[in-house]
Amino acid sequence: MDLVTPDLGLLFWTGLVFSLLLFVLTKFAWKPILGAVNAREQKISEALELAEKTKVEMKALQSENENLLKEARAQRDSMLKDAKNASDKLIEESKDKAKLEADKIVIAAKEAIKNEKLQAMSELKTHVAGLSLEIAEKIIRGELSSDEKQKALAEKMAEDINMN
Amino acid sequence: MIFKIPLATIESLTTFARIFGSHQMKFVSMSMIKLLAFTLLVVFSTSISFASGDNSTEKEFNVGEMIMHHIKDAHEWHLWGPEHGGTSIYLPVILLDEGMKVFSSKTLYHGELKSAIDHKTHKTVTYYKGSGSAEGYGMFHEKIYKLNNGELNFEDGHVHGNIKVFDFSITKNVLSLFFGAAIILALMLSISRFYKTNGAVSPKGLAKFIEPLVIVVRDDIAKENIGHGKHHKYVPYLLTIFFFIWINNLLGLVPILPGGANLTGNITITFFLALCTLLMTLFSSNKNYWKHIFATPGVPIALMPIMIPIEIVGIFTKPFALMIRLFANITAGHIIILALISIIFINKNLAWGALSVPMALFISCLEMLVAALQAYLFALLSALFIGAAVEEAHH
Amino acid sequence: MYGSIAAIGAGLAVLGAGIGIGQIGGKAVEGIARNPEASGKITTTMIIAAALIEGVALFGVVIGLLGGAK
Repeated sequence: MDLVTPDLGLLFWTGLVFSLLLFVLTKFAWKPILGAVNAREQKISEALELAEKTKVEMKALQSENENLLKEARAQRDSMLKDAKNASDKLIEESKDKAKLEADKIVIAAKEAIKNEKLQAMSELKTHVAGLSLEIAEKIIRGELSSDEKQKALAEKMAEDINMN
Repeated sequence: MIFKIPLATIESLTTFARIFGSHQMKFVSMSMIKLLAFTLLVVFSTSISFASGDNSTEKEFNVGEMIMHHIKDAHEWHLWGPEHGGTSIYLPVILLDEGMKVFSSKTLYHGELKSAIDHKTHKTVTYYKGSGSAEGYGMFHEKIYKLNNGELNFEDGHVHGNIKVFDFSITKNVLSLFFGAAIILALMLSISRFYKTNGAVSPKGLAKFIEPLVIVVRDDIAKENIGHGKHHKYVPYLLTIFFFIWINNLLGLVPILPGGANLTGNITITFFLALCTLLMTLFSSNKNYWKHIFATPGVPIALMPIMIPIEIVGIFTKPFALMIRLFANITAGHIIILALISIIFINKNLAWGALSVPMALFISCLEMLVAALQAYLFALLSALFIGAAVEEAHH
Repeated sequence: MYGSIAAIGAGLAVLGAGIGIGQIGGKAVEGIARNPEASGKITTTMIIAAALIEGVALFGVVIGLLGGAK
């Protein structure tokens, strides 16, 4: 039975030693140890937080960089496009101009040709008129060799004139 | 009885598993071994009653007696040799009997070995009669009594009619207690010095070993079971109780001088620790705790006369179970190791050592795991009880 | 002779606890096999439950011990 009967003397010593141990350890061991552990945990969590923040910042920086690059690329593209446009326009313009010039030349040539033609025609007409006059003179001389013939002709001509 | 099963003790246990290499099945087999040990002792102690009834077997090696002698407290630290006349360290006896009397226990052990006849059973019992400064005192089964007319009287195997004096001796267990406390103090103060000198750095050396345990107690025992925000006050107590039990358990496994006492397997120690937890629970209890005892929600009024006594008994059975668990586990560990070693002496043949030593070694290793596990369980269950006492009402 | 009866009592206590703890261990292994991620939680719960059973069984055995060691 005394195996399971608490002993007063031992209880006293246990109480004394355990209370002292609890007091001393709480004051001189657990507080500093837990304090240090807590401080370190705080430090670690702060460092982690900082790392996280830095990561976010880095990401932001990176995206900013990317944006810049994109912008630059866009600018370059637009510049290229502009240049192309400008050159196209220039070419177009010069083409137009050339065409216009050519047209002008063609028109001028046509005009000249027309004038030449007209001149030639009028010369031809005068020449033909002269020839026909000569021919008419010769014919008329023949025609007018007799009175009847003169009379008939006069009539006929008068008729023609009337008809005109 | 509400048991909040801790949710995130996963880490704690994996930590434990990592540290002590535990395994689920080990615990189960361990419990069985423990229970077996007790059965063994019951069988052995049966042989005590046979032996004491039969005087012819006096010089025979009595396993039950040897084991019982070991697991009980003593006024000497027996090192080697026979029980009477072997080599021992005699510890100071301090008696409170009309003033304080201090003398060496040698005066008792080396006093007169007297025999007396039991008044009832008429058997012969022997006790130590003190000599020199221990004059007037007699010791029977490590209990010191005042002599009446120079002798102790026995009735039914117990001392009858003699006054038992208040005995505050530095017994084997008290000395072991001092050793344990000294080790814990030296360990913890050196670690706290490490942090004081180095600040909040990553731990090195001993601190590296102890710190994870401190964190297990703080996070997985205290925070998990007591509840966030309220656990801070209880962490030092739980830490102290954890390391006190653990270190003393381990010290008990050391077979030579600083260890070997069955300290945490002594009912007085476990009684005191369980009492501390009970007082902690009662002093930190809130209105909700008492409401659950005297007006358990959801219980019809008609059942109250049954429920209230059950709940009141429940307040005490929880620490009582703590007390018995630690006592029985550690005592059983000591018993089974001694019983295994005794195989050699029972058979009086050294060859049996080939069987008993490896088995004892195996159990010793298992006991190292038990030492940590019981400390962990005591702290865990203490935290659970305190947690139940400080828990706020749920809505 | 009461010592022998105490031994029987201790044996009975061990028997009950053996069945109980065996059940816990078996079910825990089953549970872990089914859900290995919860092994930590299951182990904790198992140890607490086994400790409670063991406590009750130890009561019985201690009583048996007292009977035997009188």
